[in-house]
Amino acid sequence: MIVQAICFYIFSAIAVASGVMVIAARNPVHSVLFLILAFFNAAGLFVLMGAEFLAMILVIVYVGAVAVLFLFVVMMLDIDFAQLRSGAVRYLPIGATVGIILAVELVLMFAAWVFAPEVGQALAAPMPGAHVTNTAALGDLLYTKYVYAFQAAGIILLIAMIGAIVLTLRHKPDVRRQKIGVQVSRRRTETIALVKVKAREGIGEEEGVR
Amino acid sequence: MEIGLAHYLIVAAILFTLGIFGIFLNRKNVIVILMSIELMLLAVNINFVAFSSFLGDMVGQVFAMFVLTVAAAEAAIGLAIVVIYFRNRGTIAVADINLMKG
Repeated sequence: MIVQAICFYIFSAIAVASGVMVIAARNPVHSVLFLILAFFNAAGLFVLMGAEFLAMILVIVYVGAVAVLFLFVVMMLDIDFAQLRSGAVRYLPIGATVGIILAVELVLMFAAWVFAPEVGQALAAPMPGAHVTNTAALGDLLYTKYVYAFQAAGIILLIAMIGAIVLTLRHKPDVRRQKIGVQVSRRRTETIALVKVKAREGIGEEEGVR
Repeated sequence: MEIGLAHYLIVAAILFTLGIFGIFLNRKNVIVILMSIELMLLAVNINFVAFSSFLGDMVGQVFAMFVLTVAAAEAAIGLAIVVIYFRNRGTIAVADINLMKG
C-alpha cells in the first residue's frame, strides 16, 4: 500500500510538472516532448488504477501517434516561435484568474462530495472478479453492449483520416507522375514507327523515335 | 497513506486547469493550443478511469476509450488544418486567422 502511494505521488507530480512545462516551454519541440512525458505518467496512473489496457492504449495511441504527429508538424513548419510568444504576459492575469477560479472550484467540489449510498446497486457494467483480466473485461463489454458506439468510433477515425488526407493532398502541376493506365494501354502501333532511311541522310527530327 | 478517488480527481483537476491556462498563455500559437486541448482531454480520461476504478464499473473505461478516439481524430484534423493554413499564409498566428470574417 505504501508502494502504491509513493508511485501515485511520483507519477502525479511528474505529470503535473510536465503539464506545466508543456504550456511554459519556449521551444514547441520541448512542449511536445513534455506532453509525451505527461502521457507516460498518466499511463502510470492508469496502471495504478487497474486500467492496464487503457494505459497501454494511451502509450501507443498518444505517444506513438498523436505526439509524433505534433512533433512532425512542429518541425515541418518554419515558424518564428519567439515572435508568436510575444505578448503572452498580457494574457497572464486573466488566464491566471480563470485558471485559479476553476481549480479552486474543482477542488472544493471534490472535497465536499460523496457517493450516493445506492450507487453500488446501480452499476451499468460491474467489474468482473480478479479471474478476468482488464483487457478481456473491456473487450467483453465493447464488442457486445457498446458495439454500435465502437463502430461509430471507427467511422469517426475513418472520416478524420479521409479529411486529413483531403486537406493536405495537393497536386503539383510541374511534377511528372507515373501514369500506370497509360503505360499499360500502350499499343505497338502507336509506339513503334518503321521509317525508310535514305542513304547518307539519317533520320529527320520529326520522324525520330517517339 | 490510502490513495483514494479524491487524489486522482485532484490530479485531473490540476491537469485540466493547466490546459485552460495554456490556452490563455499561448493565445497566438495554434500548436500549443492543440497540445493544451490534448492535456485537458487527458484530464477527462483520468477522471473517467478513476470513477470506473473506484465504483467498480467498466463503462467508464469504455468511454475513456471513445474520448481517446475523438482526441486522436481531432488532433489529426487540427494539425492538417494548421499545415494547409501555413502553406497558404506562411504563418499560424491565431490573430491572423480572420479569412472568413467570423
